[in-house]
Amino acid sequence: MLHIVNKSPLDRGGFASCLRAAQPGAAILLIEDGVYAVTRGTAAAGQIGRNAASLKFYALGPDLQARGMNDRIVDGVQIVDYEGFVDLVEAHETVLSWL
Amino acid sequence: MSEAPPAGKGAPKKFMLINRTAPYGSIYALEALEVVLIAATFDQDVSLVFMDDGVYPLVKGQKTAAIEMKNFSPTFRALDDYDVNKLYVERESLQQRGLTADDLVVPVEVLDGAQLGQLMAQQDVVLSF
Repeated sequence: MLHIVNKSPLDRGGFASCLRAAQPGAAILLIEDGVYAVTRGTAAAGQIGRNAASLKFYALGPDLQARGMNDRIVDGVQIVDYEGFVDLVEAHETVLSWL
Repeated sequence: MSEAPPAGKGAPKKFMLINRTAPYGSIYALEALEVVLIAATFDQDVSLVFMDDGVYPLVKGQKTAAIEMKNFSPTFRALDDYDVNKLYVERESLQQRGLTADDLVVPVEVLDGAQLGQLMAQQDVVLSF
């Protein structure tokens, strides 16, 4: 299952809720303001480290670049472009957007 | 898309609607309810999840006359007539809001987030509101 989160983890609870529901092996893609979750020094980024063994984390590169967050990405996150975004959607049976 | 056998024409699909918004402040919670009724009309296998602020539309005692909006909470009690009786509420979301299942207008099954995640993974279609 692919989970997509597009809201900042500091503003909304979507990322935290997603982590409660995500099953081992699930993929989590951060887009738009959701990409702040993968940046150093945030509580959300700590969650990524703790879940790195069971979940796969992705973030959309263009959204990170647009926000000047390119050099602040924590380990364990794979950066994808728009094509990679499409590939992820294609590769998963179900997709849930945590709007 | 790759693993599930293709559903025959008219074969019911497993639809899960996930409500995460409070009522009245936005149209999402009401729209989710409309989609449930549509899916049920087409005899699909529908289940409903309420989590985060999405538990608030279920709270008893809503009185909306003074804000001139329709109180749609009684509609949840009609879902059983449409054979929609799989209503799941996330335990953590209730606790964070000082609520229990007794505060809600309909009987629900209270599950923790991980249990809900298992149900989500079994669906053909998951829609979030």
